Amino acid sequence: MTALASRIPGLAAWRNRANGDVRLLPQGHLSGPMPWVIAIMIALTIVAAGSGLALRNAARAASADLEGGVTVQIVSAAPAERNRQADAAVAALKGMVGVAAVHRVAQSDLEALVEPWLGTRPGDDIEALPIPALIDVRLSGPAGRDRIAALRARIIPVAPAARVDAQAGWLAPVFAAIGALQWLAGGLIALLALATVASVLLASRNALGNHRETIEIVHMLGGTDRQIARVFQRGMAVDAAAGGMAGLLLGLATIFMLGRQFAPLGSGMMGAAALGWSDWLLLAAIPMLGVALAVLTARLTVLAALRKML
Amino acid sequence: MLRRESTGPAFRLMSKPDAEIVQFDNVGLRYGTGKEVLTDISFTLYPGSFYFLTGASGAGKTSLLKLLYLSQRPSRGLIRMFGTDAITLPRERLPGFRRRIGVVFQDFRLVPHLSAFDNVALPLRVAGVSEREIARPVADMLDWVGLGDRRHARPATLSGGEQQRVAIARAVIARPDMLVADEPTGNVDPEMALKLLRLFESLNRLGTTVVVATHDLHLIRDVPESLIMRLDKGRLADPTGALRYPPRRAASPSPAEATAR
Repeated sequence: MTALASRIPGLAAWRNRANGDVRLLPQGHLSGPMPWVIAIMIALTIVAAGSGLALRNAARAASADLEGGVTVQIVSAAPAERNRQADAAVAALKGMVGVAAVHRVAQSDLEALVEPWLGTRPGDDIEALPIPALIDVRLSGPAGRDRIAALRARIIPVAPAARVDAQAGWLAPVFAAIGALQWLAGGLIALLALATVASVLLASRNALGNHRETIEIVHMLGGTDRQIARVFQRGMAVDAAAGGMAGLLLGLATIFMLGRQFAPLGSGMMGAAALGWSDWLLLAAIPMLGVALAVLTARLTVLAALRKML
Repeated sequence: MLRRESTGPAFRLMSKPDAEIVQFDNVGLRYGTGKEVLTDISFTLYPGSFYFLTGASGAGKTSLLKLLYLSQRPSRGLIRMFGTDAITLPRERLPGFRRRIGVVFQDFRLVPHLSAFDNVALPLRVAGVSEREIARPVADMLDWVGLGDRRHARPATLSGGEQQRVAIARAVIARPDMLVADEPTGNVDPEMALKLLRLFESLNRLGTTVVVATHDLHLIRDVPESLIMRLDKGRLADPTGALRYPPRRAASPSPAEATAR
């Protein structure tokens, strides 16, 4: 290190400054509660952020899936009329500009859909039930109100029993709930950051109080506020880094456990909620942001307190 | 020494450049809303001079020294140090001035978690001196004050006299422009007191202005070239040096006198 320091301009001076600073005040790293407080804050922040990101992914995937989706129902009690109107509607939609795909849901699929509620006992005539005929339509863009109105105008003349609905509309309350949960996660992260700042502020003030006499001596010997603040910053950085690492491990373990709990649900939305690599990177960056926040808070707190001393 | 100049919107105290190291003009100090502990203090300290500050307990010696080592701002009056107005000195410039002043506190004020070596090295580290350049002079200084074998000892394990010697070593290690010492020989035996006094004289001969607050008349006798400032109930009772023991010369020599010495 000595040989390296002598070769790199500025490194020797930095090392001397760091060595000198470290000796100004006692170093009580990793002995107080601060690493544990930061570990808990970071773990909770990672869980909140992971949940928020998973909800965002689920909402995005569902939204992309349903964005151009339109469902046409032919609601008619008479099977023959229902079939006729469904065929007519499919024919009308296929020639329409902006319609990417038209797929009539097969009767067997419809029966499979209602089977869990109506049962399949021998002798049941599910076909006799007035289940609407369903046509799944994919538009080349979002299914806005104007386009839904245009579809209705095209279908209703040939299929008066048709009902046309944007698929995204059905899930609007779900999206609203997901949005609220995302805001909740963001709010939790903000509150946790505030709590971290408050904890660091209190710890810094406490440390300043404990070392007040030494700080006065260092001041009298010509020590600058920045020199003293650097010592506190360095101490806080060590505590925050240790706490951040522990918090990261705890948070990631919690997310893995939650993922394993939700995975067996097998829902499409749950699958879409999986975190991508960029999400994992973001979660891994949280401890670093926590360390930066703690160090900055310690620095500003110490400098503000020192400014009140002569 | 001090002259009034009326070229500005108000009278300003002006000094000859570099003629004096410290100027006090009608300085008063009170703590909080209490009565003044120092009143109408006016004197000048010249580079390379040796001053004793005497007075009964409670006369204000320590308060005056606090003003000298910039630990307190006065309640009124004017103070110039090293040619700069110390009253309006911005806070961020204080460290630079303090590094030019060595202080021996009455209660030593050693940093409890640091060894004797690290305490003595503190002014050098604060000033950014490299570790390589620190080791030798600090070790030599500790040897000189007779604590070479106690370099790793913490202050709590040192006797009062040893702590005082560490405090003195810390005050002089950076060879300050001015040394301010509050009862520096109060806890050491006469032999060590004389030795420390010789250290102060050596520094003084190298150009350091020395101000020693003491009750010890023998100490004053041992530095015949010294000047006396005597405080009585917060006032400088003898600004002319007439009460010096033994009376010899004024407390504020002319710059020519100071230079000649």
